[in-house]
Amino acid sequence: MNSNLWRDALLRLVSNKLSLFGSIYILIIIFLALITPFIAPYDYAYQNLELGPSPPSPEHWLGTDTLGRDLLTRMMYGSRVSLMVGFLATIVALTIGVTWGTVAGFAGGKTDTIMMRIVDVLYGIPFIIFVILLMVIFGRNLILLFMAIGAVEWLTMARIVRSQVMSLSKQEFILAAEAMGVSKASIIYKHLIPNTIGPVIVYATLTVPQIMLLEAFLSFLGLGVQAPLSSWGLLIRDGAVSMEEYWWLLIFPSLAFSLTLFSLNFIGDGLRDALDPRTADS
Amino acid sequence: MRLKLFLVIFLASIISSCGENTPPVEESIESKILYLGNGTEPKDLDPHTVTGVPESKILMALIEGLVIRHPEGKDPLPGMAKQWQISSDGKEYTFFLRDAYWSNGDPVTAQDFVYAWNRMLLPSLGSQYPDMLYDIVNAEEFNKGLITDFSLVGVKALDSKTLKVNLKNPAPYFVELLAHYTTRPVHKPTIEKFGEIDSLGNQWTRPGNFVGNGPFTLEEWKLNQVIKVKKNPTYWDADRVKLNEIHFLPIDNVSREDFMFRSGQLHVTSSIPTEKIEVYKKEYPQNISISPYYGTYYYRFNLNKKPLDNKLIRKALSLSIDREKITDKVAKGGQIPSFSFTPPDPNGYFPPTKLEFNPAKAKELLKQAGYTEGELPTFELLYNTSEGHQKIAEAMQQMWKETLGVNIVLTNTDWKVYLSRENNGDFEISRAGWIGDYQDPKTFLDMMVSGRGNNKTGWSNPEYDALLVKASQATSQAQRYAYLYEAEKILIDELPIIPIYTYTRIYMKHESVKGWEPNLLDSHAYQYISIE
Amino acid sequence: MLSLILRRIGIAIPVLLTVITLTFLMVHSAPGGPFDEEKAVSPEVLIKLNEKYNLDQPLINQYFDYLSGILVGDFGPSFRYPGRSVTELISIGLPVTFELALYSILFALAIGLIAGILGALKPNTPLDYIPMSTAMIGICIPSIILGPSLILIFGLWLEWVPVSGWGYMPGDKILPTITLGTAYAAYCARLTRGGMLEILNQDFIRTARAKGLSEFRVVVVHALRGGLTPVIAFLGPAMAGLLAGSFVVETIFGIPGLGRFYVEAAFNRDYTMILGSSIFFSFLIIFFNLISDLIAAALNPKLRD
Repeated sequence: MNSNLWRDALLRLVSNKLSLFGSIYILIIIFLALITPFIAPYDYAYQNLELGPSPPSPEHWLGTDTLGRDLLTRMMYGSRVSLMVGFLATIVALTIGVTWGTVAGFAGGKTDTIMMRIVDVLYGIPFIIFVILLMVIFGRNLILLFMAIGAVEWLTMARIVRSQVMSLSKQEFILAAEAMGVSKASIIYKHLIPNTIGPVIVYATLTVPQIMLLEAFLSFLGLGVQAPLSSWGLLIRDGAVSMEEYWWLLIFPSLAFSLTLFSLNFIGDGLRDALDPRTADS
Repeated sequence: MRLKLFLVIFLASIISSCGENTPPVEESIESKILYLGNGTEPKDLDPHTVTGVPESKILMALIEGLVIRHPEGKDPLPGMAKQWQISSDGKEYTFFLRDAYWSNGDPVTAQDFVYAWNRMLLPSLGSQYPDMLYDIVNAEEFNKGLITDFSLVGVKALDSKTLKVNLKNPAPYFVELLAHYTTRPVHKPTIEKFGEIDSLGNQWTRPGNFVGNGPFTLEEWKLNQVIKVKKNPTYWDADRVKLNEIHFLPIDNVSREDFMFRSGQLHVTSSIPTEKIEVYKKEYPQNISISPYYGTYYYRFNLNKKPLDNKLIRKALSLSIDREKITDKVAKGGQIPSFSFTPPDPNGYFPPTKLEFNPAKAKELLKQAGYTEGELPTFELLYNTSEGHQKIAEAMQQMWKETLGVNIVLTNTDWKVYLSRENNGDFEISRAGWIGDYQDPKTFLDMMVSGRGNNKTGWSNPEYDALLVKASQATSQAQRYAYLYEAEKILIDELPIIPIYTYTRIYMKHESVKGWEPNLLDSHAYQYISIE
Repeated sequence: MLSLILRRIGIAIPVLLTVITLTFLMVHSAPGGPFDEEKAVSPEVLIKLNEKYNLDQPLINQYFDYLSGILVGDFGPSFRYPGRSVTELISIGLPVTFELALYSILFALAIGLIAGILGALKPNTPLDYIPMSTAMIGICIPSIILGPSLILIFGLWLEWVPVSGWGYMPGDKILPTITLGTAYAAYCARLTRGGMLEILNQDFIRTARAKGLSEFRVVVVHALRGGLTPVIAFLGPAMAGLLAGSFVVETIFGIPGLGRFYVEAAFNRDYTMILGSSIFFSFLIIFFNLISDLIAAALNPKLRD
């Protein structure tokens, strides 16, 4: 039953042109980010003070910034940071959220109540406040940044998973398995989690761009990643300052960032349509 | 569909009405309102407790002291004091006050000054500038709590219009110093209406409460938006004041300030984004203003961290810095590479010191200190978060690596953490800057005296300290400068700090603003400004 | 309905307490004291300052003092602005941020509803693709790019609107509203369209049309309700995003709102302001979540737990 569902979903995903474009684009970006240290034309911190800012040229395909650093290189390294924050934070959120939600949904009763009350309580903390506070207190540590973000994003994931699991738990095949004496752990791993993957993946795909946006916001405010490291948020901020004279400093990072957000959103959309045809266009 | 039509009409009407907006700067020719970009939001408007430049710009409109800074940087002009006499030994000053009034109608008296200096020197008030008045007999002792009777301090009101000041030593800069806002008078009944003489966070500075004696009065204070001051009709020189209002706009973002200027929302900005300097020199030469500023950008060493206690290493680091490259390619604001700690001053102060760029000599000194290239431990360079500082730090990092093979780790923190680390000696090299409070080398050289709060390097040189004491007792400016030059030489030889460049004031000024001349302390008394 | 309200209020209290305690502890473990200045503060003054702000007491005393203060709405004095209390600062910044958020939501709803309705009525036609793609721009061009671009085009080149401030000059509210609202317009459009489509596909709509009801009634009275519900339910959680967005927009446009005060407080180590605003924001979000849940439940009885 499962493999057919996946094959159908994949087919539907692929036929949706926008999701296809998005997926290809994302894969390219991820691939480039991974091999950056091997193919980057320059050292990301190397300054060429004599050259200063220069428009795109054969030596510097995307131009240089005010300290003469190659923009293409900084964008490639920046993509590593932005993507890493986005994906890793999502994975952290996913792991905690799915586990929490599954246990709460399956166990039900008092355990469920307590676990979800905790989620409700933590939900009340405005996430950006929490992240800013952490940055202020512990300094702008990249690892800390995505752990903080992940620690806040798991809450919604847990809620989604829990409601999925709860409705699944009442279905006959689960009741049958229980009656047959299949261990709880087995039920969770073999039946519940695989059947919740759908909404989880959709939500995760839509979470990544949100997290990347949050990182960009923080870097823009000066509370996130700092130089000489680069991230797309930082590059956009630098670009915004000098967008009149050195347009390439804003245009290229903005394009890359926007396209990434765009692609991720359309993949998420496509996935949602693919996995749950009822909500697709008629 | 009806809804769509309505929306289109609605949007079109908004947009077309926008097109008719006249920028404030254009309107100001009629309205005589001056719009100034003023950096960060002021902490407060109490002249005895604030320390920042944005506060000083506003206080210049609201309260006047004994003297006023000359708009062209020449000798100070009479303010509350219409004239003064100095005794032949230079230690006694007598100020004769003019007929002037507080904005509530009370006359300004000599007792107001005595009260103000009492307040400023009270240890419990927490003023950060009490040392401005330390030349006065017993002022330092009173401020440090060694004596508690203010009548022992060398300032007296002989009558309501005569103020007598007795100094410990002749101080040729004393009158110049009295233009600084911390020495200005305050209105006692107002202060004591809202608290005690030394209450923290007294509400007397709010609009509606504020009483001042300056050319303008405080109209409105909207936090993070604007501070408005209006012409004071009872100011003694009100006839000279041509402006009706000044709006101080706290703009902490250089780029936004730039946009505001370009779209006609500001007359004068507080700075210019580095990238635009070259562009504006070509496109708006009539608006861009670049002039020397009385300040030094420098790096501090922490001599308590080995091997920075080794003079040779510090000199090697200094010799590896190509200061011209930093000012021309990195800072790009017309700054001048430093050759001394105190910036040169047109009043004839030119220390005979040099700071050269000599990588060969640097390597040589490194060897002498007993290290080969690349053997030096990694140092941490601390600075407060700012793009400007960062660019310079990165350039420095590269220069030091190239010449001496030394690795530098850059750490930027925000302002408070940076200050805290410096104050606690938790740094190895840190970036610093100092703008002179008044036009005299003492405001710079005093900082490096042993044990001074602003020293922060742990450097102590008895010969240097002695020279400064001798200078304070000198009877002629020439003799004084001679001692100070010797002190500068010691400083440049030992280099507990390495000066990088002399600041410049770079900002945009609209052509309709008249009477705003560049001067070393960037002080522009508003009664001389007009909009035409 | 009443049980929903009571339950939510019941949760709100432990939430707020957690926020208060967590933030209190975090803020007090931060490096960089509030009184560090360029010229070192003298010891006598330091004693006096510590006394005034209660910093010389053991932490637990400070904590309970603080709690009892909050009950009467006293969040303590600000460190950054001596003479002003945190409550005062919040009361200065809040109306501004509230207005900005309100205008942005109205803008988002206006644009989003229109795009969404058009898309739902004529799905998969240009009337669907064009508004929806335009709405997508909002999601993919974040305010950090959109803001400066709008400033450049409309403020600088065309000189139609001012580039800074809120309520200081006529027209200065336009660009910030558009910048903050655009992202939500996109979400509104998608949610409206999705919700309406789901309803429009249902049998009772076909019945209504067959019965001869005007298209207008079908759309506005029946389908729109289906479209509005997800939008309203979304508003609550959207507040958190709106908050984050307002920090950025207020910074870009120099708006004297609570977001900007908060960022400033973070940089200046204004402990009391950080604490006070965090708690206040938390309260706001809980409140708006409750309101949006209530409205959604009122519109759709199925949601009443």
